[in-house]
Amino acid sequence: MSNTLQESQGRRGRTITDQDAHDITRVEELSYDLKIADVMSREIRSLTPRQTMRDVFDLLRKNRISGAPVIENEKLIGIISQEDLMKALVASDLSSTIQKYMSTQVRTIKSYEPVVKAIEVFMRTNIGRLPVLDENEKLVGMITKGDITRGVLVAIRKDYQEEEVRRYRASHLFEDITSDRTSLIMRYLIKPGDYTNGGQASSHIKRALLRLGATPQLARQCGIAVYEAEINLIIHSTNGGVLRVQIEPHRILMQTTDDGPGIADVHQALQPGWSTASPLARSMGFGAGMGLVNIQRCVDKMELVSAAGKGTKLFMEIHLRPEEKFKDASNSNEAPGI
Amino acid sequence: MNLNEIIEHAKGKVLNPSVPTDREILGGCGADLMSDVLASVKPNAVLLTGLCNPQVIRTAQMADVSAIIFLRGKQPTPDMIEMATQEDIPLISSEKGMLDLCGKLYRAGLRSFESNMNGSHE
Repeated sequence: MSNTLQESQGRRGRTITDQDAHDITRVEELSYDLKIADVMSREIRSLTPRQTMRDVFDLLRKNRISGAPVIENEKLIGIISQEDLMKALVASDLSSTIQKYMSTQVRTIKSYEPVVKAIEVFMRTNIGRLPVLDENEKLVGMITKGDITRGVLVAIRKDYQEEEVRRYRASHLFEDITSDRTSLIMRYLIKPGDYTNGGQASSHIKRALLRLGATPQLARQCGIAVYEAEINLIIHSTNGGVLRVQIEPHRILMQTTDDGPGIADVHQALQPGWSTASPLARSMGFGAGMGLVNIQRCVDKMELVSAAGKGTKLFMEIHLRPEEKFKDASNSNEAPGI
Repeated sequence: MNLNEIIEHAKGKVLNPSVPTDREILGGCGADLMSDVLASVKPNAVLLTGLCNPQVIRTAQMADVSAIIFLRGKQPTPDMIEMATQEDIPLISSEKGMLDLCGKLYRAGLRSFESNMNGSHE
């Protein structure tokens, strides 16, 4: 069994994860957002045309660089590279001036252009470095592939730190706000018969809970309860209804409200397997008569209030166990009636 | 059991290959009724189903299902595939039928994650 497994993994190779895909697009985004000036090296090691090829040799070796701009009267007039140096070495001509070997056809880039411009040049040509000019055509820096990689990595790390801060803030929401009773209320309008988007509200609720620092188990319990309740609104309500979730440090209250058609026999509705769902609802995988039973299993308290011809209210409550409680500023457990 | 092993048994095709399939599956659940899934399944299960609509993905998300296999070659819509990808749930399409694949996986050692109506697991 383990052999087949290894083979199958070998064939499939490493798949790109969601996170990878996210990072790739972010890198692409960054290559447009970042400007050349953000990532270029500002330390310019330049030469003048009347220096010798030996000076080039020393400069490149000492600074471990592969090329340098050539400047005359504060103007960029050429570029000298390792390849030019090799030509001079082969000809045993290190005492000649730079002027003889430098390239004068210099491709440059502007400091205010996006990084993607440089990437395009590096990909299309065999150029390895570009002198960077400002709006006055003055040389202000150099850019290489290495500078771009470094710049993008720094920007991604910053992104990551900002996301961490956001997560941290959400999970400390209740700690940061001092009141006698703090609660977070989320409301969702649920449309009748909307099977395509059904579950979206519950999905948002579950994600919000996880972000606030709920345990996976708690998020799952709440998720299942509100999802069943949301689906009930979609299946049964005449005009849709409201799904309301109130998060407090020590408990979670969930509630659905609709204005009809109401339930004639509430006791019967709570029996496992009892359902009045339409064939359409059944074709969507619902109407097993297990919804309310499921909710009951997930919550500590459930109350169904309804009558035929009237609306229906479903109350659900989960008390948080000590380890599940959202940390709050007061540390007081309950403040009933406030 | 590793999901890749389950995919081999199902001769399944992964429909959203960007989601990693190298994950440990603790048990399985075969159902066409989503409330049955929500009622019984424990986290980190593979769901085998003949039903193919967005609510299958939502149900899986709510119940922390780790992977979904659509039986009898059913094809989810691009929207469903996108939703599952965002929720990090691999979608697999298999030509096999419910009893056939449930039996194969059970014999290969996959535990049932369907609780009985009295709440017990066998």
